[in-house]
Amino acid sequence: MGQSRWSKLRQTEAANGLLMISPTAIYALLLLAAPLGTIILYSFLTDGYLEIIRTFTFANYIEAWTNELYRSVMIRSLGVSMAVTAVTVLLAFPIAYFVSFHVAPSKKSLWLFLITIPFWTSYLIRVFLWKVILGYNGVINSGLLGLGVIEEPLTFILYNVNSVVITLAHAYAPFAILPIFVALEKIDRSLLEAGQDLGESKFMTFLRVTLPLAMPGVIASVLIVFIPTIGDYVTPQLLGGPEGRMVANLIQLQYLKLDNYPLGSAIAVSAMVIVTIVSLVFVGLNRRYLRGPK
Amino acid sequence: MKGGWFKVYAIVYLVFLYAPIILLPMFAFNDATIISFPLTGFSTRWFEEMLDKPALSLAVKNSLFIAVTSSILATTLGVFAARASTRYRFPMKAGLMGLIMLPLVLPEIIVAVSLLVVLLGLGVSLSLWTVILGHVLICTPFCIAILSSAFQSLDQSLEEAAYDLGESAASTFRLIILPLVMPGIISSLLISFTISLDEFIIAFFLAGTEPTLPVYIFSQFRFPQAVPVIMALGTVLVCLSIVLLTIAEYFRRRGIAKAGGKDTGGFL
Repeated sequence: MGQSRWSKLRQTEAANGLLMISPTAIYALLLLAAPLGTIILYSFLTDGYLEIIRTFTFANYIEAWTNELYRSVMIRSLGVSMAVTAVTVLLAFPIAYFVSFHVAPSKKSLWLFLITIPFWTSYLIRVFLWKVILGYNGVINSGLLGLGVIEEPLTFILYNVNSVVITLAHAYAPFAILPIFVALEKIDRSLLEAGQDLGESKFMTFLRVTLPLAMPGVIASVLIVFIPTIGDYVTPQLLGGPEGRMVANLIQLQYLKLDNYPLGSAIAVSAMVIVTIVSLVFVGLNRRYLRGPK
Repeated sequence: MKGGWFKVYAIVYLVFLYAPIILLPMFAFNDATIISFPLTGFSTRWFEEMLDKPALSLAVKNSLFIAVTSSILATTLGVFAARASTRYRFPMKAGLMGLIMLPLVLPEIIVAVSLLVVLLGLGVSLSLWTVILGHVLICTPFCIAILSSAFQSLDQSLEEAAYDLGESAASTFRLIILPLVMPGIISSLLISFTISLDEFIIAFFLAGTEPTLPVYIFSQFRFPQAVPVIMALGTVLVCLSIVLLTIAEYFRRRGIAKAGGKDTGGFL
């Protein structure tokens, strides 16, 4: 009886699907969901001298949110991420538009390939090379000095927030281009002709037809750039200087240098909560674009 | 000309994208310890010096081991999830797939610290294997993205025909499905290999005392005299990843063509 019920269950699509996904799902539950749960738990515990004391407390959150240093780093990280997102997506849109609308279909893959190659080369070395480009004796300064445009090397482009924004905007470029490209590719070209046949100018057709239809892609690229950039460690560490440190540097400091896991966890959880709230608000504001034509 | 300004913009943008990579070989072959302009002369001494560093070759060995193991494990897990999500409907599908794909957007430092806390809590000592655990987690979503398109373009009637002709589920998978998605699998292996080889933060937190290549590179940035060798190393890595990606792209396209699909371009 039990045997046959089991074999019947095995025949159903749902059971097959669950069975098939179970190795990956179990892996993700054990090594992603459980660890995330653990740092949330840790963030409510107390840091003892050599061990974690198992008493429930909000002290870590109070510290993370009221300490001037932590709060300013958090606000700066949020600001940097937003700036990076805005710059990256605005610069990426015309490229996605160009590849989708102006490149011959047979050449599209080649363009996408060209765009993705730099992304697959050593991230650390790329970040370091931005330091070379933006530095005091760097490419930009020596170039501008050589051309006689400036008298003295520019100093506002390295070891501050600007250099972090430029480098991250470079690092996340393909992430922004690809979702927008996919959304643009899906647009039925006859809609654009219809817009122009009905007397709209090219620009108005773009604003009223193309842009709203491309919004799901724009929203996806905003999220895919915004969420990871807030946790970037390497770029602020190498290029940020003391003024450009971000939340990941703070988390690393708490975990590996100060050994304060509860406070580190509280900062990490706070950053995730802020990112989630900002993302949800952003998606909420744009929800009318996400309703598909079903 | 149609899209003239767009083309100019696109070329300027590509220059921006490639700027660091163009500089890399310039400094790698430059005969000066300081990384700045003007260049002083051609030299291959940084490449020679690179071959002569035991710490570097240990880091390369560690990274290769991590990358090969992670890419095999991540692709295996990716095959299960991609097959399940393209072929079956089942309860909690969106939730489970969401969780599995989460590392795609989750900051890597969060993955790193949460794994660190759990592993240390369980008393696991940090080693290359703990790095592999983390790398499999972040590579799997990329594998699924590639493999899903391979499984999606699969014609289900081929599979049904095999069943009708008396093949079992296992032999159908081996004889029909596997060969058709093989290009996707190869491309997934190469992509996850590349991601793992380049991953820094998780290795930085979870490797313990074992250096991986990115951790080694990061440590060398503190010593200005060590940087030219890193530029040489970077040049080699860029060439290597371009070769790997070209192979991956070739197999991805062949896979789509094989299954009779239309190329929509791109890895992601």
